[in-house]
Amino acid sequence: MGSVDPVVLFFVLGVAAGLLRSDVRLPSALYESLSIVLLIAIGLKGGVELAKTALGEIALPALAVVLMGLGTPLVAYPVLTRLGRFRRPDAASIAAHYGSVSVVTFAVGAAHLTRLGVPFEGYMTVFLVLLEMPALVAGVLLAKGIHRATDWRALAHEILCGKSIFLLAGGLAIGWLLGPEGIRPIDRLYFDLFKGILTLFLLEMGLITAARLQDLKRAGAFLIAFGIAMPLVSAVGGAVTGWWLGLSVGGTTLLATLYASASYIAAPAAMRIAVPEANPALSIGASLGVTFPFNIVLGIPIYHAMAKAVHGLGG
Amino acid sequence: MEAHSGTLLTIICEAGLEPVLVADLVRLGARGYTICDTRGMGSRGMRDALWEGSSNIRVEVLGDRALIETLVAHVHDRYYANYGMVLFVTEVEVLRPEKFLKRPGEDPS
Repeated sequence: MGSVDPVVLFFVLGVAAGLLRSDVRLPSALYESLSIVLLIAIGLKGGVELAKTALGEIALPALAVVLMGLGTPLVAYPVLTRLGRFRRPDAASIAAHYGSVSVVTFAVGAAHLTRLGVPFEGYMTVFLVLLEMPALVAGVLLAKGIHRATDWRALAHEILCGKSIFLLAGGLAIGWLLGPEGIRPIDRLYFDLFKGILTLFLLEMGLITAARLQDLKRAGAFLIAFGIAMPLVSAVGGAVTGWWLGLSVGGTTLLATLYASASYIAAPAAMRIAVPEANPALSIGASLGVTFPFNIVLGIPIYHAMAKAVHGLGG
Repeated sequence: MEAHSGTLLTIICEAGLEPVLVADLVRLGARGYTICDTRGMGSRGMRDALWEGSSNIRVEVLGDRALIETLVAHVHDRYYANYGMVLFVTEVEVLRPEKFLKRPGEDPS
């Protein structure tokens, strides 16, 4: 078992605790504190790396990554409405969850690569921040169209000032401003302890996932199949895009992981406000009950293999 | 003790609704509100407060009967169809009615 990442095993432990109805439970204040530390740490780490790169150099790749990223909701929506026979708001909301990204999946992917000694571009965090939002806007447009009354200001505030984008972007800016030397006084907390904090967070995620399995029974076989097939399809898009942009194998793996991941923090909050008629049990059941555990346990090694294959084929 | 009759509105709903809901309550004339984090079980299944998506809040508003009826009507029309929500109204006695029952500058009669 030496080849399995400890964070994955803690996730499995959490799922087991949930299924066995153990009384393990992180106080919600601790869960929130841990998520704040993780978001800041991921932002800081990306910012420090970004300081080594000319901003102009990644502007065009960033635009390409965002445009290609919109492929996921645009593919997911017709699949869900036509094949899955979901109502329009439900399909749009699920498409938005899958188009947006999961910070924790990204962190586990980065930890996987680090453990294997595979280098990746530090500015991948910029793509993480940029990919969170556009799919949510796409989801609202798919649900309501442009003409219907949508409170775009409230939605923009919900997304941009929501804790995940706010802290990631804030950490990124602070890391970029201070650079590696400036970060040194705080790097013990955010960098050295990162992996340990991630294990605690994944333990809690396991508990949450186990609780979502109830929703899944109601959602049915189609949504379970979708929750596994959609990330695989999106990951192929991510692997090809990463290779086309000239990213390393590690960077390509992380881009595939980002495209494959489904949001469960920013998207549910935004969709509850903007598309309230969508049933959250469907979108959260799929993203958290199927896709998140699939990505953590099986997906990330598959996306790494995809990245190696695309680089091998493309040269 | 000189008690005055007032009306208490209690709303139990998804935590994510808090910002929009309290903005509505204040706009419609609530003089204040109290919120606490809660968890429980109901028609929408277990709300275990393990994370943001399964957290509930309980919002309490004191006011006179007319105000509470306005709030109830609004919350019912705006949120009942799409959100997990329990709402109930209780007649209560309050000690300092000026805090809840009259607006500043209003005629006390």
